[in-house]
This record gives sequence, structure tokens and C-alpha cells, in this order.
Amino acid sequence: MNEIIKGGIGDSVRRTEDRRFLSGHGRYTDDINRPGQTWVAFRRSDVAHGRIVSIDTSAAAAMPGVIAVFTGEDFARDAVGGVPCGWQIHSKDGSPMIEPAHPVLAQGKVRYVGDAIAMVVAETKQQAKDAAEAVAIDIEALPAVADQRAATAPGAALVHDEAAGNVCFDWHLGDKDAVEAAFATAYKIAKLDLVNNRLIPNPMEPRAAIGEFDASTGDYTLHTTSQNPHVIRLLMGAFVLHIPEHKLRVIAPDVGGGFGSKIFHYIEEAAVTWAAAKVNRPVKWTCERGESFITDAHGRDHVTHAELALAEDGKFLALRVRTMANMGAYLSTFAPSIPTYLHATLLAGVYTTPAIYAEVKAIFTNTVPVDAYRGAGRPEAAFLLERIVDVAARELGMDRIAIRRRNFIPADAYPYQTPVALQYDSGNHEATLARAMELAGWAGFEQRRVEAKARGRLRGIGASTYLEACGIAPSAVAGALGARAGLYEVANIRVNPTGSVTVFTGTHSHGQGHETTFAQLVADQLGVPFDQVEVVHGDTGRIPFGMGTYGSRSLAVGGSAMVKAMDKIIAKGRKIAAHLMEAAVEDIEFRNGKFTVAGTDKSKAFAEIALTAYVPHNFPHEELEPGLDETAFYDPKNFTYPGGCHICEVEIDPETGTVAVVKFTAVDDIGRVINPMIVEGQVQGGVTQGIGQALLEHGIYDETGQLLSGSLMDYTMPRADNVPDIHVGTESTLCTHNPLGSKGVGEVGAIGSPPAVINAVVDALRDYGVTHVDMPATSQKIWSIIQGAAPRMAAE
Amino acid sequence: MPQVSLTVNGAAATATVEARTLLVELLRDHLHLTGTHIGCDTSQCGACVVSIDGKSVKSCTMLAVQAEGAKVTTIEGLAAADGTLHPMQEMFREHHALQCGYCTPGMVMSAIDLVESHPEGLTEQQIRDGLDGNICRCTGYHNIVKAVAAAWPLMHGKQLPQAAE
Repeated sequence: MNEIIKGGIGDSVRRTEDRRFLSGHGRYTDDINRPGQTWVAFRRSDVAHGRIVSIDTSAAAAMPGVIAVFTGEDFARDAVGGVPCGWQIHSKDGSPMIEPAHPVLAQGKVRYVGDAIAMVVAETKQQAKDAAEAVAIDIEALPAVADQRAATAPGAALVHDEAAGNVCFDWHLGDKDAVEAAFATAYKIAKLDLVNNRLIPNPMEPRAAIGEFDASTGDYTLHTTSQNPHVIRLLMGAFVLHIPEHKLRVIAPDVGGGFGSKIFHYIEEAAVTWAAAKVNRPVKWTCERGESFITDAHGRDHVTHAELALAEDGKFLALRVRTMANMGAYLSTFAPSIPTYLHATLLAGVYTTPAIYAEVKAIFTNTVPVDAYRGAGRPEAAFLLERIVDVAARELGMDRIAIRRRNFIPADAYPYQTPVALQYDSGNHEATLARAMELAGWAGFEQRRVEAKARGRLRGIGASTYLEACGIAPSAVAGALGARAGLYEVANIRVNPTGSVTVFTGTHSHGQGHETTFAQLVADQLGVPFDQVEVVHGDTGRIPFGMGTYGSRSLAVGGSAMVKAMDKIIAKGRKIAAHLMEAAVEDIEFRNGKFTVAGTDKSKAFAEIALTAYVPHNFPHEELEPGLDETAFYDPKNFTYPGGCHICEVEIDPETGTVAVVKFTAVDDIGRVINPMIVEGQVQGGVTQGIGQALLEHGIYDETGQLLSGSLMDYTMPRADNVPDIHVGTESTLCTHNPLGSKGVGEVGAIGSPPAVINAVVDALRDYGVTHVDMPATSQKIWSIIQGAAPRMAAE
Repeated sequence: MPQVSLTVNGAAATATVEARTLLVELLRDHLHLTGTHIGCDTSQCGACVVSIDGKSVKSCTMLAVQAEGAKVTTIEGLAAADGTLHPMQEMFREHHALQCGYCTPGMVMSAIDLVESHPEGLTEQQIRDGLDGNICRCTGYHNIVKAVAAAWPLMHGKQLPQAAE
């Protein structure tokens, strides 16, 4: 890699995309209106579980502006398929998971509040909404199960008749015998029961979709709020609507945040595309926030029991974990992979624990489907581990930092094979810990505690030394573990005749700043000015088949594909340069945008080579084709493993129970950084979502399956006055198996922060005999603990 | 159906709307100013904030007909005719105060009113409290607070006083 050049790797370039966003010229799906467009409103179930007795659409169909009213029967008549699941897990006994059909509109039964029953197509949005209200639906309500404990109680109502006991799968990982043996010899055992609270992603842009059909060509187009348009095209085309890829174009334009919730193929996408052909006009649906609360896939929702076997010197001997993961009413696109291969495989964390055994039961409930949300499985693993390590320290009377250091995987032990399948390639946990402790002023904390106490405040400090896995891969391994997709990424680098460059990437930017970061990467490697590079994404009509953006994969996987494609560009450029300068190819060097004959001052600029490639008058035609346009697919050899240390300091007002985060420090090892400004922003945003999970956010269902926190007035999102400044540092080791050395940064903030916050809260409550507080640590919960009335308070 | 006439970004506009039409719907659906966004249905998120007669208002809390005769400025109306960004827009860009861009128009409009209505200065806490009505899911607010503080001197033509907190 070169030294930092303007607009190149390592430069905090201000973002290309900002000008259009700041001036109101972003182009989000709901900003798009097509000629002749109609509007859709869905009529959704308001009971969590029930049998559809009758649907009468006649009154709705007669209302002003109504063009058509469709129900599940119409989709069944057209043999429209169900929404597929992209990952198959097998249970301990080898049987495949229970995979119930997920129809576009409900067939016979409704299974959660929000399940779509009917759709109205009308001339205007208001007419569609009015008519949807007028669809007469008779539902015989059935008993509902709203959480995994109720769903697994004896005699519980069944969400799907084929899933006995509401179990989707009963899976395990690790060496049970080795774990049992280690527990038998343990000096002490730390135990922890915890809930990883259900979260509702709430990207600020609600979902939207516009379906179009051209009757003269048979071509379909779908504009949708997606993180991965090609994945939607494949799933919807092949499994739901049976439209071949070449007749279906999926466009995800500017997308206003995703955080995982816009990965999945949703029924509304299929519904508007199908309906567009039925009414032969464009069909648009825009989700309202209240509707998004009951239709966007939710996140987390684990109930876990964990035990850590300890030696007298603080060494971890073995870990065993039992988790019940809520799947909701249907399997969302990647739901089964989240509590399994993205959770249990991370249970070694940064520690040398030699034996680990995890059991995960996935449970159907009458709730919105649960799937990946920023971090997806790794936050659940990190929370469990980093909490039980604090519990273990207390159990042994050890310092919380000392017990971590005693168990760290040493920096010189890499590559490191964990007992739960993963092989970490690089890391230095002592370095991130030491730097974070220094930045956070850990050593001076006791003084701050005393000072706070004098003001009547309970001050606590907590750390988490987490590790996660990004860029899920390689395809062959993922396939063997149940993935029904490849996990490579693609890049097409098109050098234009005058030397500017257009990059077509399969990844998608919905806040990450790819148009800037990828342009920097290409500018740096090809030696062209930053402003001569354009990044194109989000349109299957323009980009090659790629897998999209999730799991912090875009730079580590998508950027690596760009490097590979640029290697091909440079290799071809060297041949063209050799021809032009009458030198041997081996003698041509490429640096800083120039092809030079080694040891001479003869050189050709990159733009000259580009022009020669497209105006090939003097060109080695017998050896090369004209043009300078290369595509590369990159299938990673391994995950990448970001990690780091987050330190949180809180103050609790004992009168009200309110927890204030007064200081937050994050030092992350994310490998090579392209744009430090963007990296800092990613961490700050992720940490704030983690603080939200730890203190504020909770998707709460009552026992009948009604979502109680179903609006932004009830579901507490972090606001500017809920969070402090977030101090970010990086202390990186390089990924050893991709050409960039980058690991990924999108999720680290949301993974490392929740345990740091709760560890700080528990520390602040040290005088109250508390060993654990479930998230969110609301003021009500903390006040109850302080009042001695806490249901979860454990005596020391 | 009622007719509403108002001034939007300096230009006269007239539209015939259903009586129940919200101001934000008038702006987006009738006047095609899609920079003003809709992020919720409970007036919580602030993505739809515009300036009405100099005050920031959530345009989902007003009927279009209530804006009769009003002077409305939306995010599209902030930059100068030659494309020069408003200082608040420029500081958002400089300080990376936006990621997905969806909350940004409302956030910028709220921030401008916050700075304009505090000529005496703004503390970090006042900025955080003042932006309480705008939700951003991406940035964690850190850089938004920095951007607003940096815009204050540019908008008031003097240094931000160091208020004792």
C-alpha cells in the first residue's frame, strides 16, 4: 500500500453522497412516483393467532378509486409460492428444521399481529387505506403464544401444526463430554440467567416498494428498500413469483438505513410486483411507522442460561450455554443462522476456554419474525460472555480486568483455533484493552466514584473485551452449514476511455458511505484522482450478481473483489504499456497511476493506456482484446474477526433509578481503515444502538401477542440527550487472508457496547447485592432494585 | 376540495387538496419536494421538519390548509442559487453528521432554528436537548452535535461563547 495520498486510503475524505442528501435530493423509494401509478394498502391481522372464517371484499371493492382487492386465495389460484428461508439448520438428531410455508397473504390462518390478509389497489394512498379498512374479515381467535417460554410450556397452542412443541430446531455445537469433564473438576462455577431483549430495528426510512410490469415485453421492475437487490431478485423471482432473472429488475435506490432489517425478502415486495401485472399499472406501497413495527423483522430475543467452570487461578475451564431463540411466527430469510452459526460459534470470545458446548432451541411464537439486526447473533454471544466473565470475577474475588487478561488468547497464538469451529486469524486483545483503559481513565475511576457519591450519585464502570466475526464465508463452508446461497462478492471495474473509472459493486450503501470509501480504494490503487471514480450499486440492471451488504462484509469482501478486479486491470494495462513502449511485460512497473519501464524514464499515464485500450490503433490485437473493463468475484477464505474493548461509565440517580451514560470509550481492532472519519461514525452509531439496547429499547408483547411497544411513543429510541460523546480509537491488526487486511466496522459498536453498559450498571449497584440486570436497564427496573423489590435481584 | 396558497422556498404555490391532507403530503405529493421525509406517524421522529414563517415545525402535525398564506422553507430551499450550501449544511458535511441521510433534512431544519433562536450561545447540553425531537438511527448524534456547534459561529458571525455549564 502507498503512503496516504489525498483521496486515497487513510484519508478522511468528506463524503461524495452528502451533497444530495443535505440538499434534499436523495432519491429514496418513496420519493419515486411512476406514471399511472396506483397505491396499495394492506389489511393486517389485529389478533396474534386465529382462523380466517370469511373475508368479504365487496364493500371495499365498491369504494371510490378502488381498482382491485386481493386476498390469499388470489395468490393461491396463481400458484404464487411462499417466501423462502435462506438457511437450513439440522437438529441434534439430524432432522431438518421445521420450515412452514410463509404465504404472501395469509391462507386459512393468521399467526401474528401484522400478518397480511388482504391488499387493496386504488388510485390514491388514502383511497387504498380507506378501502382496506372496509374489507370485512371474520377471524376466530385462537390461543396465542407470545414468547419462547410460553410457547414451550406443556399444552401450549401450536403456531404451526407441523412444529410439535413449537420447536423449529434443537441444535448444538461443541464437545459436550469435554465440557462435562471440565465442570466436574471446577473450583467454582459462575452461573447466569439472562434475556437478550427483543429489539425493533427502526431504520428512519420505513420500507417501501413499487412494482411495475411492461405487458409489451413481459419485463418486471421492482423498486424496493433493500440492502441486497440481487438477493431479492433471486428469491422473489425463483421461489415466489416464478419470474426468470432476465425478466426482473430490482432497484434499491438510496436507502435510509437498514441495520439488517432490509436484508430480508418481505411479502410486500412480491405482492406489489404480482399486482402490477394484474392491474397492468405501477403499484406502490409505502409502510407507515406503526406498520413497520409489526412487519419489519425484529432482532435478538434470546433466553439463555450460561455456566462458566473456573479454576482457582481464574482460568476458564469450560463454558456451557443453553439458549431459546425466538423465531417469531415464520422463518425470515436468514433467521435460523443467527442464534446458531453467528452466535454459538462466537462463544470463545477472546478467551482460551478449552471446552465449550452450546445448545440452541429455536421456537415459533405468534410474533413478528425475528432475524438479523446489527450484529446478528454476535451481540448475543458477546453480552453473555462479557457478563458471565464479570460474574466469574466476583465469584472468585478477582479484579474484572485481571481475569480477562488471565484468559486472553495471546497475540502470538494466532492463528487460533477455537473449540467452536472458528479459526481466528489475527488480534491483539491486550493492546485494545490497554489503549481503552488509558483513554477511559480507568485508573482514576475510584476517585470519580467517590466524587459522584458526594453528589448523591452511584457511579459505575464496566468493560467488555469482545470479538466478532464478519464477512461470513467461505461459500463452501457456509453451504455445508446450511446456507442456501454463496457468500462471495463481485466487482466490475470499468475504466472509461479517458481514464475515469466506474465501479459496479454487488454491495449496497444505505448509510455506510460506500460511494466515498470505494472511490478512495480505487483512486489509491489505480492512481486516478478521487473525483474521477464513480461507484454504482443497487440496481440489478446495472451491477453484476452480488450478495449485498450485511455482516460488515462490504469492504472486507466487496472491497477485496475490487482489488482483484483492479489487479486484472493493472495486468492488462502492463501488457498494453509494454506494447506501446516496446518493452517486455516483466519490465513494466505500475505505481501512482503510471506504467514505467523499469530503470528508465519511459512511462505512460493510466489515462493514456485507457485511451489506447478503447482506440486500439496501435494495440497488440493478436494477444489482447480491446477495452479495459474487468470483473472479479471474491470468495473469502475465512470470516474476519474484529474485536476490541469498550468501556462505559454510568451514573445512577438512586432517587429515580435513571441511568446516565457519562462516558463511553471504544477501541476497536478493525484491520485496515480506508476512511477514518467514516469508521468513527460507524462506531459511534453502533455504540448508540448498543446503549439503546442496554438502557432503553424493548419490543414487548403481552401474553395475547399484542405488541405493546408498537410506536415511537412507546418504543424508546436513543435521542441526542440520551447519549454522551463517544470516544473512538482504533488499535488494529491486519486481517491475514484478504488483500486489504480490513476486517469490518459496521457492527462492532452494537456488539461491544451493551455488556460494557450493563457491567457498569451492575458495578454502580455493587452495594445493593446485584449480580445481573437484564436489558433494558430502565429507570423503573433500577429504581425497583434500589428499593429492594427487584424481581431479578440476586443476593450475593 | 379546498385550495391552499402559500410561498414555498420563495415561490408562490397553489394546490387543491383533500381537507385531511397534511402539510408534509402537500410538499411531497403535490409540490414534489421530496427532500422533506416521513419517518413516523406519531410526530416523534422529526424527519419532516420544515421552517414556517421562521419557526421549525413538524410538517406532519399540520394540515396543509393551515399553511394558507405561510412562508415555508424546506431543505431544498436552503442552499444559495449558485449552489453554495447553508452553513449548517456545510458543517453537517464537514463533520460527517449524516450517514443514510434520511433524518438529515429534518435534523438540519431543526438545527438551524435552534442556532437562530440562541444568539446568546449554545452549550453542548442545550444542543442535545434542542435536538430531542429529531431521531437519528445512524450517527449516534456525536457528529451532529459537533456540526451544530460549528455552525453557530458561521451563522452568528462571531465565536461561540464558552458558556459555563
